[in-house]
Amino acid sequence: MLTFILHRLLQSVLVILAVALIAFSLFRYVGDPVNAMTGQDTTLQQREELRERLGLNDPFLVQYGRFVADAAQAEFGISYRHRRPVRELLAERLPATLELSIVSMALALLLGIPMGVYTALKPKGILSRGFMSLSLVGVSLPTFLIGILLILLFGVVLRWLPTFGRGEVVHLSGWTTGLLTKSGLQSLILPAFTLALFQMTLIMRLVRSEMLEVLRTDFIKFCRARGLPSRLVHFRHALKNTLVPVITITGLQLGSIIAFAIITESVFQWPGMGLLFIQAITTVDIPVMAAYLCMVAFFFVVINLVVDLLYFAVDPRLRVRRAA
Amino acid sequence: MKIATVLLRSAAVIALAGAVFAGAAEAKTLRWSYQGDATTMDPYGLNETFTLGFQGNIYEPLVGYDAKLQPVPMLAEKWENPEPTKWVFHLRKGVTFHDGSPFTADDVIFSWKRTLTEGSDMKGYGAKAKEIRKIDDHTVEVITPTPNPILEREWSLFYIMSKTWSEMNNTTEATNVKGSNQGNHANRAANGTGPFVLTERQPDSKTVLKRFPNYWDKSIKTNVDEVVFTPVSQPATRVAALMSGELDVIQPVPVQDWERLEQTKGVKPLTGAEARAIFVSFDQVRDELKYSDVKGKNPFKDVRVRAAFVHAVNLEAINKQIMRGSAVPLGTLIAPEVNGFDKSFGAPYPYDPEKSKKLLAEAGYPNGFTVTMDCPNDRYVNDEKVCQAVAGMLAKVGVKIDLLAQTKGKYFGKVLAQAGYDTSFYMLGWTPSSIDSHNSLLNLAGCRNKETQSGLFNLGGYCNPKVDELTTKIGAETDQAKRNAMIKEAWEIVRADYGYMPLHAQPMSWGVREGVQVVQRADDVLDLRSAVVP
Repeated sequence: MLTFILHRLLQSVLVILAVALIAFSLFRYVGDPVNAMTGQDTTLQQREELRERLGLNDPFLVQYGRFVADAAQAEFGISYRHRRPVRELLAERLPATLELSIVSMALALLLGIPMGVYTALKPKGILSRGFMSLSLVGVSLPTFLIGILLILLFGVVLRWLPTFGRGEVVHLSGWTTGLLTKSGLQSLILPAFTLALFQMTLIMRLVRSEMLEVLRTDFIKFCRARGLPSRLVHFRHALKNTLVPVITITGLQLGSIIAFAIITESVFQWPGMGLLFIQAITTVDIPVMAAYLCMVAFFFVVINLVVDLLYFAVDPRLRVRRAA
Repeated sequence: MKIATVLLRSAAVIALAGAVFAGAAEAKTLRWSYQGDATTMDPYGLNETFTLGFQGNIYEPLVGYDAKLQPVPMLAEKWENPEPTKWVFHLRKGVTFHDGSPFTADDVIFSWKRTLTEGSDMKGYGAKAKEIRKIDDHTVEVITPTPNPILEREWSLFYIMSKTWSEMNNTTEATNVKGSNQGNHANRAANGTGPFVLTERQPDSKTVLKRFPNYWDKSIKTNVDEVVFTPVSQPATRVAALMSGELDVIQPVPVQDWERLEQTKGVKPLTGAEARAIFVSFDQVRDELKYSDVKGKNPFKDVRVRAAFVHAVNLEAINKQIMRGSAVPLGTLIAPEVNGFDKSFGAPYPYDPEKSKKLLAEAGYPNGFTVTMDCPNDRYVNDEKVCQAVAGMLAKVGVKIDLLAQTKGKYFGKVLAQAGYDTSFYMLGWTPSSIDSHNSLLNLAGCRNKETQSGLFNLGGYCNPKVDELTTKIGAETDQAKRNAMIKEAWEIVRADYGYMPLHAQPMSWGVREGVQVVQRADDVLDLRSAVVP
């Protein structure tokens, strides 16, 4: 088991190196950072000096090498726009993004699984049809539009919830949380729901189809024949057997929720890493872009690892096979 | 007896609490949002209008701008220009910085030196002085390298920092991204003489300013005690937050949302013409255009082709259709607010597509030709739409435009000097930082010259030595009447040469909550000194 984990961590380093390489080869096409760092009265010579100082005139492999060497020492340079260490910026923004992502994922699971089970058990029910059509909206409408619509409805028309930002946050030794204040919680509702909607429909549809499949299998028939109460059959036996793919998807989706929080964060001006990244793109803030991409790659690798380990916990067959 | 005392004390406490609450309720807060954050709090960190405009509420220059962009005394009470290369500034007495230290000549000299440090983006401002001498605590003498008739205007964004504070906080050099003094104290903290004190700074999320009780100018209009600034990058969210009552002032409002704000109770759009001129121009330097189907020659070297392009575009229609009538169509590269503007050259060229067709035929392009147009899509008001309109109008006289509209990072990375002016036909906007013609003439109409910094933003390379000669003279002429006559002459030459296709002064658009009063300055800066909340 330990070798397995070590092996995967080693792979993760390779993945991150590859991501950084691709990123650096693309940075040449995103524009000239010097333009965003200087005003119109800055002379050509001063611009050139700045380019030289930033090492932007070096070939990209040299820039890449420098980045890797620095990153190995956990040093990601200074943001061109914020003029502060990237490490500090990411650490500052991480809590906002993680809080949003985890709350969204929890929301998606807590709503998606029961809805999936229900629609599988009562496929013809009116409520099921309602869930299914709602899920169509969730799958087909872009996040951006859903966010704006929610803002208009709950922020502008009803005025129940704030339209942007994170509200008041509480500082807890290097971590900021909005979960402990009223305005923080209120601010979380719309973005979390926006981000959760797509995942929720995905999970619901997945649970539904898996559940329908399992319900048709022999062992469920035997359970029924044994006279087990249907609650037990459905939730103890059937649901548990649908969970392996749900875990896989949830894990992978958690990674993409963190990565795709970008859109939700920019719609709601949520001060997380996604917003930092999107603004880094518009100002060609290369150190921030590079560090963010590597970090997201790292998250994906770690989440995949956790998912693989969870399989062992959930599916006894895997344990048996391994032992054999 | 005892009970009575307790009761009395509780009553006193309640009264006191009541008074405190009443006081809190009266504190006037202005909630303000812009599409981006002020990049840095360091006044020499980035020479960009919004960042400097924001800092202008905390820091102050010697001579600033009033609501009409005319010079007004700030930290200098009066100033004179006794010799062509000598300026004397008489500093205001009794001014203190937010930390309580007094403002003196030493601070001016220190600040000037700080603008010349490695990380500074205000080196150009610093270079306007060769030397600054302290005459006494409240008088400084500035020696300029060449005669400078408009130093007070050119320094309107050169803010004065406190020497003692900077030394104490190890921020005597400008914030630097690479090299010495990276990301230093002044990047996130501030200590100016302005009417507002920076009390909280969370970049990209929230910045709080509080009223400075010891501000020297007691006559400013504002009644705001606290300003909460929150950047909101998405226009739709920003407008929604204004409509929901969460914000008092937003900048900017997309033109297409004006109607919505007009129809919503409790909010209104605030519009006016900005001092930013938007124009289009042509590569007049290369022997063959880089992006065109005309090979072996450059059609834009022929003035008839340039004239044909200029007369083919209907500025009134662009203004009506795309700008809701709020732009000011122009025939020159400066907006009416800019010093030296005159109707004689500022009125739009007549729209005459027939003439355009004739001129194109005369120049040897009866069937027109194809050329690629570079255009930003997130820099100016409706920039991409304006480019599309220009392309559509040119199509009517037979010129086919391939439009390449990109985000500003990519666009500027392609067309500016560092990339070798990689364009054949492009759109650009310009606000002279001194609100004076000289800056525009030098940057846009001067022949390109790396040594003199002339024509740095003349992306098409228009060049007429007569204009250069006049620009040099304008730069040194201290007699304002003579100077303005030369400005007029220079702009008239540019116009006659069809060096550019001017479009308009673009509109500014803000959104405000009913009852909030702010002065909309033509450089798109919100000066909080004028902000009044109900």
